[in-house]
Amino acid sequence: MKMTGAEIIINTLIEQGTTDVFGYPGGQVINIYDALYKNSDRINHILTAHEQGAAHAADGYSRATGKVGVCIATSGPGATNLVTGIATAMLDSIPMVAITGNVPCSLIGKDSFQEIDITGVTLPITKHNYFVNKVEDLADSIREAFQIAKSGRPGPVLVDVPKDVQVAVYDFEPQGIVEKIPLPKADEASIDEAVALINEAKKPYIYIGGGAAGLKMGKEIIELAEKIDACIGCSFMGLSAVPDDYDRFLGMQGMHGHYASSISQKHADLIIGVGVRFSDRATGNTAKFAKNSKIIQLDPDFAEINKNVNVDLGIVADVRDSFLRILDKVEKSEKPEWIKEVHSYKAKEEEIAKKAEKIAGDRMTPKMMFDVINKYKLPRTIITTDVGQHQMWAAQYAKFDTTRRFVSSGGLGTMGFGLGAAIGARVATNDPTVLVTGDGSFGMNLNELATAVTYNVPLVIVLCNNGVLGMVRQWQNLFFGKRFSNTVLERKTDFVKLAEAFGATGMRATNLEEFEKAFKKAITINGPVVIDTAIDKDEFVLPMLPPGGSIDDIITEKGEK
Amino acid sequence: MGKTNKFVIAVYVDNKYGVLTRVTSMFTRRGFNIDALTVGETESPDYSRITICMSGDGYAKEQLINQLRKLINVKKVEEIEESSSIKRELALIKIKNNSATRTDVLSAVDVYRAKVIDFTATEMCIEITGDPTKINAFIEYMLPYGILEMCRTGIVALERGEGTLLSKETKTGVHKQN
Repeated sequence: MKMTGAEIIINTLIEQGTTDVFGYPGGQVINIYDALYKNSDRINHILTAHEQGAAHAADGYSRATGKVGVCIATSGPGATNLVTGIATAMLDSIPMVAITGNVPCSLIGKDSFQEIDITGVTLPITKHNYFVNKVEDLADSIREAFQIAKSGRPGPVLVDVPKDVQVAVYDFEPQGIVEKIPLPKADEASIDEAVALINEAKKPYIYIGGGAAGLKMGKEIIELAEKIDACIGCSFMGLSAVPDDYDRFLGMQGMHGHYASSISQKHADLIIGVGVRFSDRATGNTAKFAKNSKIIQLDPDFAEINKNVNVDLGIVADVRDSFLRILDKVEKSEKPEWIKEVHSYKAKEEEIAKKAEKIAGDRMTPKMMFDVINKYKLPRTIITTDVGQHQMWAAQYAKFDTTRRFVSSGGLGTMGFGLGAAIGARVATNDPTVLVTGDGSFGMNLNELATAVTYNVPLVIVLCNNGVLGMVRQWQNLFFGKRFSNTVLERKTDFVKLAEAFGATGMRATNLEEFEKAFKKAITINGPVVIDTAIDKDEFVLPMLPPGGSIDDIITEKGEK
Repeated sequence: MGKTNKFVIAVYVDNKYGVLTRVTSMFTRRGFNIDALTVGETESPDYSRITICMSGDGYAKEQLINQLRKLINVKKVEEIEESSSIKRELALIKIKNNSATRTDVLSAVDVYRAKVIDFTATEMCIEITGDPTKINAFIEYMLPYGILEMCRTGIVALERGEGTLLSKETKTGVHKQN
């Protein structure tokens, strides 16, 4: 069938299973938007307030479902506004396809109006990108983009299409959804080697990351933990892979991780890493990391083996397949001593928490706030966050009942990610969605409140308002002699009025009782709700392993160094 | 940090617009410092061959190879082992020409099997081809005679024997600590 390049783009997206796209029109994508208009019964477009919001929405859409998120922007500033969103997806290995328009080929390279070399700009922050200068290559480039985005270790792919290619006419025949490029299966010898290491281990610790979460391997991971009497910890990206109520799950480890998780890893004699890259935030000082233990790492990306820490055995293959074969072959064994030891660390953690609660007095601590969220949130609730103290509190205290429920920027740490991502996650799943944010982060992209209102996207936005940039302030408190350089916001924004001005519902909570009341009400409202929640400005995220430190340097109490 | 060595990596990439940029952009992003890089045509019109010389320890080498293999347009990456390969480089060296030094220079050109390819009353241009160590030695010898200008191509390298890089089996899958 003959059609224009713009129609080929939309038809290829539909062919690849895309039902929702996020974007913003402009001069060099008018043709694509015209094709969207004509196909609006087959594909839904959500107009965001800013292209960055569209990129984060596509990312949130993908994180909540595993599907490839899609965003569209015009040339020049439209394209550069996607950059932070693309980089966020890259650092967390999120499959995404970004389509940008560009000036016609005849104007390329002449600094034409709204011309930017976006393939050049995004080279280091995409898995791959395409500049499609021939309409003949257009459909296949988009198909390849989908395939690359979701195969192996996923990531974002950008396809830049000059205007004349969108206008040109060419044949289009719909094809099936491109399959993922299969990963190799591990050879039997390496599986046996892993099995031998696990059989020898007296204190095994299963360490799971975004890869395990993305593959929804929670059930299998618990099976292994039961079979060999291991405990489980995770990286930030591994949250929600294993349900929080599972007894041997110790939570996130690392800089702001759970004490029990970090200390159990220190005392383990074998770490079984599943889809995890041993990032600096999780390992602390790599010279002191895992001194007493051997490490097995299962990952689809061979460049991750020995990159951040040296491992004893790296298996680069289909992670689920390798894991299942290992699970099948390992001997069942009981390790009551190890389980007892792990429980003692959990008890110590509880002791630390109780002590902190006592010090807190009658003010609402972040933990109390999350206790309320955990108590009242509906089944299958997705928790999205921005970046800062509130994000770490969410990572520590939020409870997840199933996989893909935690949507947060881990690797890049993008303030302003949350609202766009929450819209994307909610649109993708129709599951209840709570955005926990801070007054700093929210200020960066709160314009997307307009999007949430326009499309009537129900969101409960818990705005932890402490009037400061809390995470940087915490570092200034601890390591910079309380010189609070530019972290005191002192803004006069009334977030309740602001929410109402956007057409959303605004509420205010200054204490625990008010918060509980507001949250209970907010989850019943069919539309976006902002709860302006007062948090003490000198609240800390604890425990904390100081930068470059290890579990031995853990800070568990305020004022302690 | 392990022991620092020089090593040579050969890379087959798609012969397409922008591929060299993808490779060099990755070097910048990952903080690799390259000693020399050459790129040119191969036996197949579909591929270009990039030869990279780098100094670093075993960790840097493994990372360079792995990160190169991840690029979509990269088809093959192998280390060219010192012991089983032929390496060549070409240099053009322009030096001062005067009656006092002419004889010395020309005898060095003869001994090093270099060639004089331009000759005027005041300068001469010398072409030398060979293993980089030979070229280094020649340049060092020429320094006192006044080098006006010089350029080097960087190394190209092939493995000995009838095997080819594209047919070589790539070892990935299991990595063990050294």
